[in-house]
Amino acid sequence: MTTSAPSPIAPDSATVSRPLVNRLGPLAWMRRNLFSTWYNALLTVLIVWVLAQAIPALFHWLISNSLLAPATSQECRLVDGACWAFIQEKYRLILFGTFPYNQQWRPLFAVVLVIAMLLASCDRRMWNRRLGVIWGVGMTMVAILMWGGVLGLDYVENSLWGGLPLTLLLAVVGLAVAFPLSILLALGRRSRLPIIKSLSVTYIELIRGVPLISLLFMASVMLPLFLPVGMNPDKLLRAQIAFIMFAAAYLAEVIRGGLQAIPRGQYEAADALGLTYWQKTVKIILPQALTIVIPPIVNTFIAFFKDTSLVMIIGIFDLMNASKAALNDAEWRGFYRESYLFIAVIYFVFCFFMSKYSQSLERDLKRGHQH
Amino acid sequence: MATDSPPARSASSLPKASLLGDPRLRGFLFQALVLGAVVGLIWFLASNTIENLERRSIATGFHFIELTSSFAIGESLINYSAADSYGRAIVVGLLNTLKVALAGIVLATILGTLIGVARLSSNWLLAKLAAIYVEVIRNIPLLLQLFLWYSVITESLPQPRQAMQPLPNVYLSNRGLMIPVPADHPGWTAVAIAMLIAIVGAFVVGAWAKRRQAATGQQFPVLWANLGLLIGLPFLVWLVFGAPTELNKPVLGGFNFRGGAALTPELAALLMGLVIYTASYIAEIVRSGILAVNKGQTEAGLAIGLHPGKVLRLIILPQALRIIVPPMTSQYLNLTKNSSLAVAIGYPDVVSVLNTTINQTGQAIEGVAMIMAVFLTISLSISAFMNWYNKHIALVER
Repeated sequence: MTTSAPSPIAPDSATVSRPLVNRLGPLAWMRRNLFSTWYNALLTVLIVWVLAQAIPALFHWLISNSLLAPATSQECRLVDGACWAFIQEKYRLILFGTFPYNQQWRPLFAVVLVIAMLLASCDRRMWNRRLGVIWGVGMTMVAILMWGGVLGLDYVENSLWGGLPLTLLLAVVGLAVAFPLSILLALGRRSRLPIIKSLSVTYIELIRGVPLISLLFMASVMLPLFLPVGMNPDKLLRAQIAFIMFAAAYLAEVIRGGLQAIPRGQYEAADALGLTYWQKTVKIILPQALTIVIPPIVNTFIAFFKDTSLVMIIGIFDLMNASKAALNDAEWRGFYRESYLFIAVIYFVFCFFMSKYSQSLERDLKRGHQH
Repeated sequence: MATDSPPARSASSLPKASLLGDPRLRGFLFQALVLGAVVGLIWFLASNTIENLERRSIATGFHFIELTSSFAIGESLINYSAADSYGRAIVVGLLNTLKVALAGIVLATILGTLIGVARLSSNWLLAKLAAIYVEVIRNIPLLLQLFLWYSVITESLPQPRQAMQPLPNVYLSNRGLMIPVPADHPGWTAVAIAMLIAIVGAFVVGAWAKRRQAATGQQFPVLWANLGLLIGLPFLVWLVFGAPTELNKPVLGGFNFRGGAALTPELAALLMGLVIYTASYIAEIVRSGILAVNKGQTEAGLAIGLHPGKVLRLIILPQALRIIVPPMTSQYLNLTKNSSLAVAIGYPDVVSVLNTTINQTGQAIEGVAMIMAVFLTISLSISAFMNWYNKHIALVER
């Protein structure tokens, strides 16, 4: 947009004034950005026409023709807009699943707590031991809230958990447990010891080569066969194990990228100081490598968060499954748009903010490297 | 990264070091330990499994493949009925997986490239729309999108009796899209063979033209020659065989259509979901690939008098492809693996068929192992092909 701006002659000099910015009037802006050529003009007209059809229709469906609660399903079927009464009727089932109805403030608090901890972790000033303590205490509180059985809370077995807290816990716990495993796998893959290396490569490539569903099937139908008689972890724990196995392989590849980005000089300098392998790795290499890979780790976490929806295929009552269960009520059958839109917004909000955060973090860290 | 461990320590401890001080021996011991642990774990799991299988009296092995499956499959590329064996059912599922993966890869590449280019368009409206598409689609789970498309097709489209008819003899209803296909005639087989010959011929012409241009500098209108070959040869064969025009049209009978070819709701929803979701990733790959090519390349191409289309085809794309191909490979792999979500909406892919097989026979270990083997094979083949292609287009440095 600066075609006529004078080019700076000495860009490194601090006294050079900034190039002139072209300020376009709205008409000139439109001519440049919407009608620059005949086919752009045609495209613009076409897009405006499509939008003129779609946006009012969407507005009518979403807002002006929609039915807000309280309304019955019969009333809903008479209007051609969205039936938000459905969400008002079912939002507690969708968000918290089959958790005892009068106790649902507990999963609500658990969700708020997890979100607060995630937000706290976004602040780079918090990236130290304090964060570990916060997560330790926080997850203990979440466990107490969800399971209960102490402090006067009723015990709720985890087959009754469901909805958003389950989705969040699967993703967060999965990442937390997979993280140390993935560091070991990434180190193993870069190890000079042939057996360690081939074991790591085999594991990573095997897991990455098969779909998550096959791992979930394995966990749900094969794990009970693998374990000794009488030892039968419940369905949720089995899904969590499959998820951890899956996450560890993908995270290992991300971390390997970070390890490869560390200049050889760092390894050699550590060797020259006479550090042992573990001293070198823990004190020199990993702190640098992990800092580089935080943005891709956040991206991987987004993918895990979306992938938790697959656990519904083996019958776990996560957010996705809960929204389908809400549709199984014969009275409210057919309001799938409202149900799916509701959880799509929830998934979107989480993923969108995480991806924006990852992008800004990437910019910050890159800037840090340039100095 | 300052460290305060004294560097002199290891040096001073060297003379009196035990055998454990030898890094090679230590490495050997460590590996033996790890290997022992892994083998121990496998032995532990295996012995448990054997005991559990005996207790539940589940037979092991792949004998079930020859048994009668006695379940029907909605759509199949080969003849199949419930009287066929499990083995044939699995082959049907495998073919369905390959069908959806192949179609998905082709369509997602086209849609993704269009959207990636649209995001770079000088048309502000188009660029913004493409950006919104990418942001929205990437941040919603694929499974949710599949359910949404499936519900839209099965619950919002009319019954077969009130089917929409966008074109003559084409019907759109909640049973899918029905289209007419050419009726059986030996001419069509010949046309298909002619088409294959034409495709092979097109590659031969391309290679010959390239060699000739490298040797003599003379160009050959490859595009027109090949278009002529691809359209002309099958058309000629069609004429020679008496130009059959009879169609096998879909006809409403009872509650569904008969005849013609059908795009079932399951396949349509799965394809739509996979293509729309993967295209949002491919769009970003294409966009970053094009952006990564230095702007000077475009300017230099224009400066030597090339047409903008040729600049894109001969200068920008070959360089962008090098950056695009590796991440594109992993998207193709993701699409293929994601096609296993078919099981959630009832499309009979290999996972879905094997899941039914596991439920009927109880042969969980064999079933899951087969799912994994199938996807490992597909994954390795796609990566092998893409690696070959990547090498083919890689920069040849002197």
